[in-house]
Amino acid sequence: MVSLAYLALIVALIPLASILIETIFRGSSAINLSFFFEEIPPLGEPGGGIGPAIQGTLIVVALACVIGVPIGVFSGIYLAEFRQARIAFIARFLNDVLTNVPSIVLGIFGWTLIVVAIGWSVIAGAVALAIMMIPIVTRTTEEAIKLVPMTIREAAIALGVPQWKTTLTVVLSSAKKGITTGILLAVARISGETAPLLLTVLGSRFWFSGFTQPTAALPVAIFNFSQSPFTQIDWSRAWGASLILVLIILVINIIVRYVTREKYG
Amino acid sequence: MKPLKKLSNFLRKSKSISRRKLSGDSAFKLTITLIACSIFVILGIMIYKIIQNSWLSIETYGIGFLWGTTWQPFPPNPSTPPSFGALPLIWGTLVTSAIALLLGVPISLGISLALSEFMPKSFNYVISFFVELLAAIPSVIYGLWGIFILIPFLQTNVYPYLQDVFGFLPLFEGTIRGPSILTGGIVLAIMIIPTVSAISRDVFAAVPDSQREAIVALGATRWEKARIVMSYGRSGVIGAIMLGLGRAVGETMAITMVIGNSFNMFTSFLQPGSTLASIIANEFTEASSPPVYISALMEVGLILFGLAIVVNALARLIIWRSTRRIKEGGIF
Repeated sequence: MVSLAYLALIVALIPLASILIETIFRGSSAINLSFFFEEIPPLGEPGGGIGPAIQGTLIVVALACVIGVPIGVFSGIYLAEFRQARIAFIARFLNDVLTNVPSIVLGIFGWTLIVVAIGWSVIAGAVALAIMMIPIVTRTTEEAIKLVPMTIREAAIALGVPQWKTTLTVVLSSAKKGITTGILLAVARISGETAPLLLTVLGSRFWFSGFTQPTAALPVAIFNFSQSPFTQIDWSRAWGASLILVLIILVINIIVRYVTREKYG
Repeated sequence: MKPLKKLSNFLRKSKSISRRKLSGDSAFKLTITLIACSIFVILGIMIYKIIQNSWLSIETYGIGFLWGTTWQPFPPNPSTPPSFGALPLIWGTLVTSAIALLLGVPISLGISLALSEFMPKSFNYVISFFVELLAAIPSVIYGLWGIFILIPFLQTNVYPYLQDVFGFLPLFEGTIRGPSILTGGIVLAIMIIPTVSAISRDVFAAVPDSQREAIVALGATRWEKARIVMSYGRSGVIGAIMLGLGRAVGETMAITMVIGNSFNMFTSFLQPGSTLASIIANEFTEASSPPVYISALMEVGLILFGLAIVVNALARLIIWRSTRRIKEGGIF
């Protein structure tokens, strides 16, 4: 029976190994320099690249951070500093609820809220992704701030620093690493999300043309290439785009590992 | 008079100081309370907006939408109105999730037992890294892998044998199709393994060593020790499984790419199907008219939202109760 447990481990590692190996091999054969910098050609046509998709992902994720990070961090500060307040209990519960909303439902929400008003746009996508990252950032900020020892706060207050200033300078800078980790994990999570973007930024073949216009994005491009009725050209582009996306996420995760390791080392 | 003036001056000064201090703190508190309350606003607007947009469909089809079995946005006869029902989608979601649990849970439990009970601790770090990596891969890449690697493999190497053995069951009859309900379930199983195994590993790690020492002292084998650990953390493991179920229910892209997107009811597992999430991803951007079409898709989203919330709330409740019990030192 013990060997069955080891067998389970091996069975689970096979798909992972297969995904990584196939992405690396099939992806690297599609990638060259122009793949990064050229516009996306129509389905089935050779040449071109996925430049706009990389650019679109960066812009949408950056805008989502601009919206989501302040809300998430300050909510986390509230939950940690006023943890006994009744509102904090309810907010913590609703935060868990929001974590578990299926990503496609966030896409629908972005559609009803913004696409109906101004059309498929970068803003709609950023709002949907921001809502996805808020609960992650809130939760990790709360946990990071809870770890800051009470003595540090007391020391600051004993020096006559008002409480708000203590929180914003002393506590926040002690919890800096934990909060950065949370933000990075949230970025890694949202940069691979497809379903919300499909219903909000729609996807495009061209370079960024304004915040109220549709844009390309890596995950959406992968999905569109994979659905192409044409042959090898689009499919290998899908693998190339996947490799770039996996690399982005892998790099973020390695940075997170590095940051958190240092904390305990 | 002079001392009195001094005193009143002092009082005014101290009052203004204390007021300023107080107002700085209370303004800060007010601001971050308002920001923390934005979560109420976000969820409130979300529920309101989705209900508002699905109202047309709710009014038209009523509660019967839940067990309707037709999905015809453009009926063959143009004079008949379009009709929508969600039962095959609910069925598709439940069946794929059930397959995912059936395949994924034993493997996840095996992994977490191997990590917490059997393997040397030095392996833990490496294996945990890979399992977390599995969780970090975007679902669209699982879908891509499903289309180009898993489906061809299953179609030639697994499904024909499956049909040879189980072909007498209605669940495995019919022509073998690569994109199918069973393929969807298998991909979901792979995707829930990181969630379930990571949480149950934590649950097993929380089991006190005294339990292990007691059973080993009675002469138990390693497997018997693992069984004690499992039964001690039983409710936590159930919670982990429920969280995995929550992930499976809400999963969209990977399943959209491998399930085949056809509107079938109670067919064989080897035939294509649809889930609540996949039909939205697949049809939403093309559903411009009639208005009731979009509204029906919204209502599907509403059902999915409700289902996900219920499953996850149950999971949290179970995990919360079990960890509290372990902390208090009670058994079950």
